[in-house]
Amino acid sequence: MTPGNEHGQNSREKKPEGSITSLLSLLDGVETIELDHFTLEVKDLELFIPTGNGQFHPLDQKKRELRKRPSALIPEIFSPYHEPCPGRISEVVLGATRKEGGSRAGSLTIGGSDAPPFTFSGKPLRHPPVLALDVFDMEVPLPRALKENVRDVMGDPAEWARINVEKFGADMVTVHLMSTDPLIRNSSPAEAARTVENVLQAVDVPLIIGGCGDPHKDAEVFTKVAEAASGERLLLNSVTLDMADAKTLEKVAGAAKEHNHAILGFTGLEINKAKELNRRLYEYLPRESIVMDLTTVALGYGLEYSFSIHERARHAALMGDIELQHPTISASTNAWAAREAWMQMEAKYGSKDMRGPIWETLNALTLLLAGVDLFMMMHPAAIRTMRDIAADLMKPGKAETGSVARWAEAKI
Amino acid sequence: MADKVVRKNIREISPIDVYRLLPRTNCRECGEPNCMAFATRVVNGELTIEECPPLAKEEYRTAHDDLATLMTPPVRTVVFGKGDRAIRIGGKYVLYRHEFTYHNPTPIAIDVSDDLPARDLANRIKAIAEFSYNYIGRTLTLDAIAIRSTRNDPAVFAATAQAVAARTDLPLILCSYSPAIIEAGLAKIGDRRPLVYAATKENWREMADLALTYNCPLVVSAPDDIALLRSMTRTLAEYGVQDLVLDPGTFIDPEIGPTLRNFTDIRHAVFRNHDDLLGYPLLGIPMTAWLSPEMSKKVVAWKEACAASLLITRYADLLIMHSLDGWVLLPQLIWRFNIYTDPRKPVSVDPGVREFGLPDKNSPVLITTNYALTYFTVESDIKSANITCYLVVVDTGGISVESAVAGRYLTPDLIANALKEYHVDKLVDHRHLILPGLAARLSGDTEEVSGWHVIVGPKDSSGIAPMIMDRWPPEKES
Repeated sequence: MTPGNEHGQNSREKKPEGSITSLLSLLDGVETIELDHFTLEVKDLELFIPTGNGQFHPLDQKKRELRKRPSALIPEIFSPYHEPCPGRISEVVLGATRKEGGSRAGSLTIGGSDAPPFTFSGKPLRHPPVLALDVFDMEVPLPRALKENVRDVMGDPAEWARINVEKFGADMVTVHLMSTDPLIRNSSPAEAARTVENVLQAVDVPLIIGGCGDPHKDAEVFTKVAEAASGERLLLNSVTLDMADAKTLEKVAGAAKEHNHAILGFTGLEINKAKELNRRLYEYLPRESIVMDLTTVALGYGLEYSFSIHERARHAALMGDIELQHPTISASTNAWAAREAWMQMEAKYGSKDMRGPIWETLNALTLLLAGVDLFMMMHPAAIRTMRDIAADLMKPGKAETGSVARWAEAKI
Repeated sequence: MADKVVRKNIREISPIDVYRLLPRTNCRECGEPNCMAFATRVVNGELTIEECPPLAKEEYRTAHDDLATLMTPPVRTVVFGKGDRAIRIGGKYVLYRHEFTYHNPTPIAIDVSDDLPARDLANRIKAIAEFSYNYIGRTLTLDAIAIRSTRNDPAVFAATAQAVAARTDLPLILCSYSPAIIEAGLAKIGDRRPLVYAATKENWREMADLALTYNCPLVVSAPDDIALLRSMTRTLAEYGVQDLVLDPGTFIDPEIGPTLRNFTDIRHAVFRNHDDLLGYPLLGIPMTAWLSPEMSKKVVAWKEACAASLLITRYADLLIMHSLDGWVLLPQLIWRFNIYTDPRKPVSVDPGVREFGLPDKNSPVLITTNYALTYFTVESDIKSANITCYLVVVDTGGISVESAVAGRYLTPDLIANALKEYHVDKLVDHRHLILPGLAARLSGDTEEVSGWHVIVGPKDSSGIAPMIMDRWPPEKES
């Protein structure tokens, strides 16, 4: 026995101490023992065979304190602990091909997770996060870093959608029907439906349809659009408890069901409201047509509330709360509401042309870790980074350690 | 040392559990009205047992030790640096923020290397020490300096360590794999209780001896090898080094996946499997991004920024970074501050009228919502510009201005009701109301419903001060 091993074993004595001590005291005064049918599991039990006068002396506390320091590493093993997750997130299919009754080149599936995101190596994400890029149906004020990429197509939603797909690699396009707002331009549901049809013609990816937030007007617009784009498996963004109060929810949900679309339920940072809205939606729609927006707040303006509500909801869903077992969406573009994303600041805080894009990127990455399935984004650098990092996070396997092992002494 | 130490979860500890171990004299030396109130705040993580002065007395020694054991977080707390500038890292009670609260916000250390010319070194230290940002009334700053030996010369490293220590009182981290180099540094600045980086499977005995001699905490480094980390923490604890920090390796491009998985595996083992050998603070090193062959400094800094943010979210208790670019650091400082706030804190503030300065009958009246972050941002901007005014906080259910307008949580009727309910017409003689710029489209209807004239304010509250200078008092009505 080497001295190194000896200390390794001493260290393990604490646990079985009670049983060893009583065993040894039974043997006190006995000179020889014979063991029958005895198997020795070295890791769990050790026999201490003293030399000397033949008496057994249990090790006492004092002796242990006087032990020598280990001279070699005590071997240890590690196997990751995977928390059992009885729940699973529903899968929602967005977009429909001709064969499926629509006109998209392909459909996308979100959801399906049966473990916390990027946590257990044996349980990778079922589907990569989906990135949807925004289009507005009218000229909107945008920070310069965003505007410079889309200046030429502002006001032309079909063309804007096309460059989102062709130039920036959008998986989906969100058409914000902002002009329908009664307080803005109050464009009609028929005009809105025409806009959506134009975008459907221009691109072949699945679409998200954004309303204006007015519970009455949105219901009219969504109903009309659902009908005009029947079978396309749009995601209608969004329905709210206000619509339930205004008694317009049934109309929208009914139209979504009839024309095969999915619905996004929006609630403001309150899990119980999200559950309540889902219960209302179950009256009209199958679970596989419901996506949740739990609210995305900008970094610096309450992202931590969004982060924690997403982690909490996802954890509860995986632990079995069926009312929360729906995929989630995040408007990462809300990051641009933070003044740090667009304001000219002192030079030491860097250029706003860098601050804005990194703000959107980090907003999205943070909620990616909280389990969000679909992201509404705008800046090309943010989109590229999300794609790269999500792919890397999903890749199984070990790291190549050589490259960073000696970082502390590297010349940079 | 046992592998598994099953502790009572912080959420299962009741104030009674703490109370029965306190002196129960209601002496109020802690500032609380009685021992039960103190116990409640301890269980909430707002106070520590060290803040009960009588508990330090010999007669309460057993109770103190029992309480310390009861309240020990599964991730140990390690302190480096001295005096007022000492930093506590780790001390985590939960895996998820929403379960309780994360304690000891991730300090951010910036590196300096011993090959820097004296003037560059001085400038870099100055930039690190002076970087700060005023965020809703708090000053966010960088926290520590990591000194790296790149010249591989003990004398050079010692001189650099001494030069850094002379220029700043920030806590320090000494970085080298060579015990001789670390010893040279410790000989100069060991009394500052620096964190020592790093013990590896090759040098751990010499590093452990140094940590014991100088009574400094020690980082244990085992890139992508958690079994080795466990082996080293067990061995070093047996050796007598208690204050350990874990470096599971930070690989960034394209390896951020395994990096986050290692951090996550470690924390799941601690909190879900009671693995005591891994119950130490975690060190993340986003600056390894700079080892990439990528030529563009902007691209490298971008990667470092992403890695830092991901690591703050995924359990890093301390970061070492290289970039001093504001756009890289600003989001880290803000996110670090945010994710360490108490998630039980409400999202909203009480609605009502707030007074700033000593407002009179001619002072401006501003409107905002009761979303906490909106309110604190507006409050901070008003205070820092020394504006005298009334601020009417409308109950929007804790929703920000933009969302509240879109979702009809801030409407002309609600604004008119708030003005009436809080008797704003009695506070001032004029009838001019400053509406947030993001609520501009409510202005027409608000004038109609409330009878007040609306002045559309800035979209961002940083514009309140120039706007008031410019447009207050409003021109006399005709």
